[in-house]
Amino acid sequence: MIGIGNSFRRDDGIGPATVATIESLHLPGVSVVVTDGEATRLLDAFAGADLAVVVDAMRGEPPEPGRIHCGHGAPTTGGGNTHGVGVAAAIGLAEALGRAPQRVVLLGAEVENTDIGVGLSDPVLAAIPELRRLILVELGG
Amino acid sequence: MTDHDREVRIGSLARVEGEGALQVIIKDGRVQQANLQIYEPPRFFEAFLRGRQHTEVADITSRICGICPVAYQTSAWLAVEDACGIDVGAGIQALRRLLYCGEWISSHALHIYLLHIPDFLGYPDAISLSRDHRDVVERGLRLKKSGNAILEMVGGRAIHPVNPRVGGFHRAPTNSELAVLAEQLRHALDDALATVEFVANLDFPEANVAVELLAVHHPDHYAIESGRIRSAGGLDFSSADFPAHVVEHQVPHSTALHATFDGGRYLTGPLARYSINSSQLSPLAREAAAAAGLGPTCRNPFRSIVVRAVEVVYAIDEALRLIAAYVRPDMAAVSTPPRAGIGHGVSEAPRGLLYHRYQLDADGLILAAAIVPPTSQNQAAIEDDLLAAVSANLGLDDAALAHLCERTIRNYDPCISCATHFLDLTVHRQ
Repeated sequence: MIGIGNSFRRDDGIGPATVATIESLHLPGVSVVVTDGEATRLLDAFAGADLAVVVDAMRGEPPEPGRIHCGHGAPTTGGGNTHGVGVAAAIGLAEALGRAPQRVVLLGAEVENTDIGVGLSDPVLAAIPELRRLILVELGG
Repeated sequence: MTDHDREVRIGSLARVEGEGALQVIIKDGRVQQANLQIYEPPRFFEAFLRGRQHTEVADITSRICGICPVAYQTSAWLAVEDACGIDVGAGIQALRRLLYCGEWISSHALHIYLLHIPDFLGYPDAISLSRDHRDVVERGLRLKKSGNAILEMVGGRAIHPVNPRVGGFHRAPTNSELAVLAEQLRHALDDALATVEFVANLDFPEANVAVELLAVHHPDHYAIESGRIRSAGGLDFSSADFPAHVVEHQVPHSTALHATFDGGRYLTGPLARYSINSSQLSPLAREAAAAAGLGPTCRNPFRSIVVRAVEVVYAIDEALRLIAAYVRPDMAAVSTPPRAGIGHGVSEAPRGLLYHRYQLDADGLILAAAIVPPTSQNQAAIEDDLLAAVSANLGLDDAALAHLCERTIRNYDPCISCATHFLDLTVHRQ
């Protein structure tokens, strides 16, 4: 269970906030990692896992804060540029290196406000119960 | 449009940090222009530092870049401490140098293995490289991890470190914590030496950058976290004199400012650092450089990958030396009472010389801030190199020419996000 984001950039903290609600359940065989999405740490987080559920903040066009997106495997990136090596490349790299979990599930929640500061905006906060339900379905499956 | 008139446009540059484009215009068989178009929105850090407290600079400027936050923090605290007349002492300085070694290792390993090696081995990206050269990429990832381990131990975390502050650190690590780190670094040193051997055998096109070189120089060691400024031409001056020599100016095609050194184009970064300071590398790093075929200077941008690999050896060697000599400071930080004044700071970010200047009032509020990142300074020299590369290879078709231009740019490991003040290629053949 991997939560990606920066809790000090408001809605970017949706990943860490969501996985915290799973960590508190102390589910057997489930380890919870909070990370910034940097590739080498994501590769480490994948180590030995059959399933990785990754929760991250995302932007949609047109935007709808709190809307949830779900995908499997490596996402395609929007452009040819790169800020370091991100989530998509990390999953691609893990697959090429034979380090990818059998299943990778990506859950994204659209953000409203990523300014400096703590706390989620209302529509993003309201997405947590549904994200949590989707995660528990994946963990159960 | 005839065969002699072409426009090559790269709409979005891959494997560089940030976003930018390149436009090359060829008219009557001659290259007229090679413009790097940096189109990330300007980031306004200089503006929102105004009105903040002098003690906040480390936390604010670390957010400028996820790849080289320590560089931004370092030049910032150097400038603020210069303004306040504060000397942090040798113990804290050594810990700062150790932290910065972590950033060099991590940043260089990322560029060498995930961004630059694919160019030499003919792969479009690191993922396809990994399918055929798994061991190579695994070695790069281990190296990067060792750099991150330093950042995490000394900086509190690998990206945007939170433990350093103006005046020192919130907490100094214990000797036993650093001993664990040293064990990891001893293994990383083997990977770093293997990296130099590997990149030394790559195929390097002939190239030579003729512009002036500028780097931080320290009398006692290969400059990283502090020092004066030195040019290949022999000038030596303090950070306070940087504004007298380096002038920034706007160009229409980029949101990043260009810069000139005494009126001319110049280059900072690994080639400049190595050419000015190579005699100060550790014996192990010098031996690795010599075995890889590097002389005392290096002006071939394709060979910058070898210089980076040598610098990784140095940074690990130096980190081990710093850990062996470490005495935990009694105080993790010195007090930093403000005073009115102007301070300057320079350090060697992985991509080159990074300058900060702050003007403080008597209460420590920042009245003015200036940040001159290495990629901004290098833009004009990169354009020069592009012009030369395209001029020498006009016979190539547009796709091959575009690929050559991308390689030319990646040689400099530009960090467009930092510079924003960056890449897409268009070649206009008219």
